Amino acid sequence: MSKNVTTAEFKSQVLENDKPVLVDFWAEWCGPCRMVSPIVDEIAAEYGDKIEVVKVNVDFEPQLAADYGITGIPALHVFKGGRDVKQLVGARPKAVLVQELAEFIG
Amino acid sequence: MRDVIIIGSGPAGYTAGIYTARAGLKPLLIASSVEPGGELMKTTEVENFPGFPEGLMGPDLMANFQAQAERFGTELLFDDVIEVDLKGDVKVVKTLGGETFESKTVILATGAAYRELGLPREKELSGRGVSWCATCDGFFFREKAVAVVGGGDSAMEEANFLTRFADKVYLIHRRDSFKASKIMADRAMSNPKIEVIWNSAVAELQGETNLSGVVLENTVDGSRSELALDGLFIAIGNDPRVWLVENQVQLTPDKFIQVEGRSSKTSLPGVFAAGDVIDPTYRQAITAAGSGCVAALDAEHYLTEH
Repeated sequence: MSKNVTTAEFKSQVLENDKPVLVDFWAEWCGPCRMVSPIVDEIAAEYGDKIEVVKVNVDFEPQLAADYGITGIPALHVFKGGRDVKQLVGARPKAVLVQELAEFIG
Repeated sequence: MRDVIIIGSGPAGYTAGIYTARAGLKPLLIASSVEPGGELMKTTEVENFPGFPEGLMGPDLMANFQAQAERFGTELLFDDVIEVDLKGDVKVVKTLGGETFESKTVILATGAAYRELGLPREKELSGRGVSWCATCDGFFFREKAVAVVGGGDSAMEEANFLTRFADKVYLIHRRDSFKASKIMADRAMSNPKIEVIWNSAVAELQGETNLSGVVLENTVDGSRSELALDGLFIAIGNDPRVWLVENQVQLTPDKFIQVEGRSSKTSLPGVFAAGDVIDPTYRQAITAAGSGCVAALDAEHYLTEH
């Protein structure tokens, strides 16, 4: 299970990370998030040397969700060098997600 | 070689699973990797499924369906079917996960997918103010102004649900009356946070990175007006999910899978269809479940004869 980060930890763990970071914005009440969660955990396990994977619970961190313009979850954002460089909204199969993240994990 | 493969995991698919499993046919049910459970996973309270007098949550109902199918030996696979070959006696089913299965019969219960407005920038703004799922995304519109497009039961349900979060919910409908059931329409129209905009269609989506509003076109006199919005929820119906099989089985003029009379028999022997993918009219959880039962019995009968 990838780590949940808080608003306070976001800068040091995501924005200032040397590696690209995949952030999974999720919530307990979101059905599709439950399907995406194990998929991003597998990506963390398989591509952990290339990309960091963390989760943000939007119920606890509404400000982070607002800051990054999130109006629907699951939302997967990739941060690189402190910038929000890729946004994927909605659940998709693992093989499709891996393809969409190719530039970061290839 | 398997006896039965079921594609889809809504009420039709799981009911077909329950019946074929109890018949000892050891069905394989391919449930999709990201959307198992179908449409009901995105609903809240289900009040009209018989046998549950107090009502229950859509996802809980689907968990019950799944548990009942598994109890009798339905094998579940959370993967996505990408290709089928249904013409011969041996049906071939391939998944995105890279597996290939062979079966004597296939039950298609792939349901229907949300219809889009078909406007420029709709995809781009999806997840950025444009949504098809109030229960998933309503949370992000606390104290905001949102609109629901549509006039059926699901539009009423979405609008009512959104009043939990939003300050203002517009209900945009192209006609001057709803086709929703009376109980659902009354509930929406008596909700003080909901304002109905009759005879109007969304003509344009506005906003740079996130939706900021829409242009409405009056369906009677063609006049245009702007409406500032933080969110737009689209509930204008569904299209049957037939892309997998459209070149193999006969479809109706409306692009539903054609079945013979009250049966589930498609134009190909050994291929059966059930649920929303064959039903342009009723599209209820209970009718889909009944239709899944029909498909299971038809498949069972076919297997006895072949």
